[in-house]
Amino acid sequence: MTGPLLAADNISKFYDGRVACDKVSFELWPGEVLAVVGESGSGKTTLLKCLSMQIALSSGRVLYSLRDGRMESLADLSEAERRFLMRTDWGFVHQDPREGLRMGVSAGANVGERLMAVGERHYGRIRDTALDWLDRVEIAGDRIDDSPRHYSGGMRQRLQIARNLVTAPRLVFMDEPTGGLDVSVQARLLDLLRGLVRSLGLSVIIVTHDLAVARLLSTRILVMQQGKVIETGLTDQVLEDPQAPYTQLLVSSVLQV
Amino acid sequence: MTTGYNFAYLNEQTKRMIRRALLKAVAIPGYQVPFASREMPMPYGWGTGGVQVTASILTPEDTLKVIDQGADDTTNAVSIRKFFVRTAGIATTEETAKASIIQTRHRVPETALSENQILVYQVPIPEPLRFLEPRETETRKMHALEEYGIMHVKLYEDIARHGHIATSYAYPAKVNGRYVFDPSPIPKFDNPKLDNCAALQLFGAGREKRIYALPPYTEVKSLDFEDHPFSVQKWDEPCALCGSRDTYLDEIILDDKGKRMFVCSDTDHCRKARGEEAA
Amino acid sequence: MSLVLKISRLAKQFRLHLQGGVRIPVFDDLALELQQGEALAVTGPSGKGKSSLLKLIYGTYKAGGGEILVRHEHDWLDLAHAEPRQVLAVRRQTIGYVTQFLRVIPRIPALDIVAEPLLERGVAAEEARGRAASLLERLNIPARLWSLSPMTFSGGEQQRVNIARGFAAPYPILLLDEPTASLDEENKARVLAMISEARAQGSAIIGIFHDAVDRKAVCTREFDLDHLKSDKA
Repeated sequence: MTGPLLAADNISKFYDGRVACDKVSFELWPGEVLAVVGESGSGKTTLLKCLSMQIALSSGRVLYSLRDGRMESLADLSEAERRFLMRTDWGFVHQDPREGLRMGVSAGANVGERLMAVGERHYGRIRDTALDWLDRVEIAGDRIDDSPRHYSGGMRQRLQIARNLVTAPRLVFMDEPTGGLDVSVQARLLDLLRGLVRSLGLSVIIVTHDLAVARLLSTRILVMQQGKVIETGLTDQVLEDPQAPYTQLLVSSVLQV
Repeated sequence: MTTGYNFAYLNEQTKRMIRRALLKAVAIPGYQVPFASREMPMPYGWGTGGVQVTASILTPEDTLKVIDQGADDTTNAVSIRKFFVRTAGIATTEETAKASIIQTRHRVPETALSENQILVYQVPIPEPLRFLEPRETETRKMHALEEYGIMHVKLYEDIARHGHIATSYAYPAKVNGRYVFDPSPIPKFDNPKLDNCAALQLFGAGREKRIYALPPYTEVKSLDFEDHPFSVQKWDEPCALCGSRDTYLDEIILDDKGKRMFVCSDTDHCRKARGEEAA
Repeated sequence: MSLVLKISRLAKQFRLHLQGGVRIPVFDDLALELQQGEALAVTGPSGKGKSSLLKLIYGTYKAGGGEILVRHEHDWLDLAHAEPRQVLAVRRQTIGYVTQFLRVIPRIPALDIVAEPLLERGVAAEEARGRAASLLERLNIPARLWSLSPMTFSGGEQQRVNIARGFAAPYPILLLDEPTASLDEENKARVLAMISEARAQGSAIIGIFHDAVDRKAVCTREFDLDHLKSDKA
């Protein structure tokens, strides 16, 4: 691949005249992990939802490089193509794992669903794949038939990750994936994510308010405030040599980066 | 026939509306067509959908058979048959081979049907995806985009939990290679009868306001896994009355010491097998 | 000998917006050339920008002006104006960096920290860990510590893990920020030996050495920042 995987072109989103995102543009290249950081109301979550087609843009375009090599504006895809994309080439890890899981079915079914959705019809193979993925996200194999209702928060989150990664997506969106988890659980999850990103060559766009998470996981940072991009660059550069006043304020407000 | 009612109870405009829905349904096998279900003189859950379909296709020359769980003499079957006698004055029969229209709840007749016959099913919940996806907006999209992954999730769960696919009735199937449908709560034993059937099969859900259809000789393939293929129920004993080993058997408890016997659920077929005349 | 790094007109100042926008100048018009196999010692009093120079070359600091041309995959790339992914590619293949202090990530075992640069290059896990183990051994980190996170190590042990990580994969350019500080004589000697070996294999070194003896032991040239004062703020 010789071009960016995803390109945001002047994305704006308004709610009743209030600006949530203001002309955000950037490119995401394969293998990059982009952290979108900002405080509450910065527009980072709105941006993520715009990029992942969960809400409609007010203006601008999102371009994505499809598996066949075409670079298409997402708005030009048919609904069938969009939904297929979201089920196979993309992942979305929600802050609350209950939003990204089927709580009423077993862990194995949760992981296997995407496979069944693209035509996998061999129960044994589906189950083996599910076991393999549970192992990769450090969930004991004997929990495969348990419903995620019986899982802890950290386990649910890891299950959500497995469910998303089973179809080898090229792009994963994450919305505060460690939010609400205990610190030690967070650390374990972040290690897992780091390892998976590297071993699978994932490209990730992760929204977080936690600069430590951004530092650990991302290679690039986008700093947002009131819907605008204040600063962007290499993660260590933005965090160690912030240029913009707001970025300097943000970085200095954290105990240890 | 009682006077004061239009033929078969429904007015002609309503019949036209239902027939239009039926034509659509036949044109798109397995697709659920919404229709303006009418208030019928029986509550929802008692076959209003099937009755409306039958009423719309009935002609004075038809011979009607009504069965419920395979029997002609249960309360439901009797009252629906009487309803049509009173409002349409048509001939009725208990013999499958002699009927031109058969309305059924929860079973398919054992006797193979012909091209001259129509089978009308009573359907409680037409939407096979409903158990995992409660939103109508979402299920419609899933059908439109052929997104049936969750159907196999259900089957997967069955195997994970019970070691085999535990669904034994209302077993989902793919129609004409396109739509997944719920064949109504017939036992999965009957699913193979729907495949490539010579008769026209119509499905009516009154409360849910949906009609769907299988034109004659349509492919109906029950969902399964490669390593857990679809299979039908089997009994250890034959029918206690006619000795049949290839029909669906009901279990009848004889006393409170656990004594029971198995008899054909299809009463007409069993009678014929025994060589007896119909009542 | 071929040129691997060419810096011209490099300018850097810090602007502290939280302190009323006060400007801290670092340098103004710095030029530097580095040849393959050279070992350059950056000298000058504290606070004059020695670490900053290394960070600018590595891309951790943003240049205020000028060019930082690096020889990367048979072509020249200006790091001062490169895209983040290009800088990352340079860091993976061309420029290695041993920071002054190990940045510890909790829970990651020392062995994996050292193996990471190799894993990033696609080396198989077993081979990467094998090389990491031999480096840790060479730097006197006992095997019983390899599976532990360096969180609880002493300063010297942490620094040796850091150095091992920096030397795990071969780099055409190696940046070393006080690699021998907080080391005893024996470990110092080992590190200096490693630096010489890297040079012998063709790496170019830029290092900051507090100790003049260490500096003279490995470096072929000195680059004094004291002579490049920028204009007074």
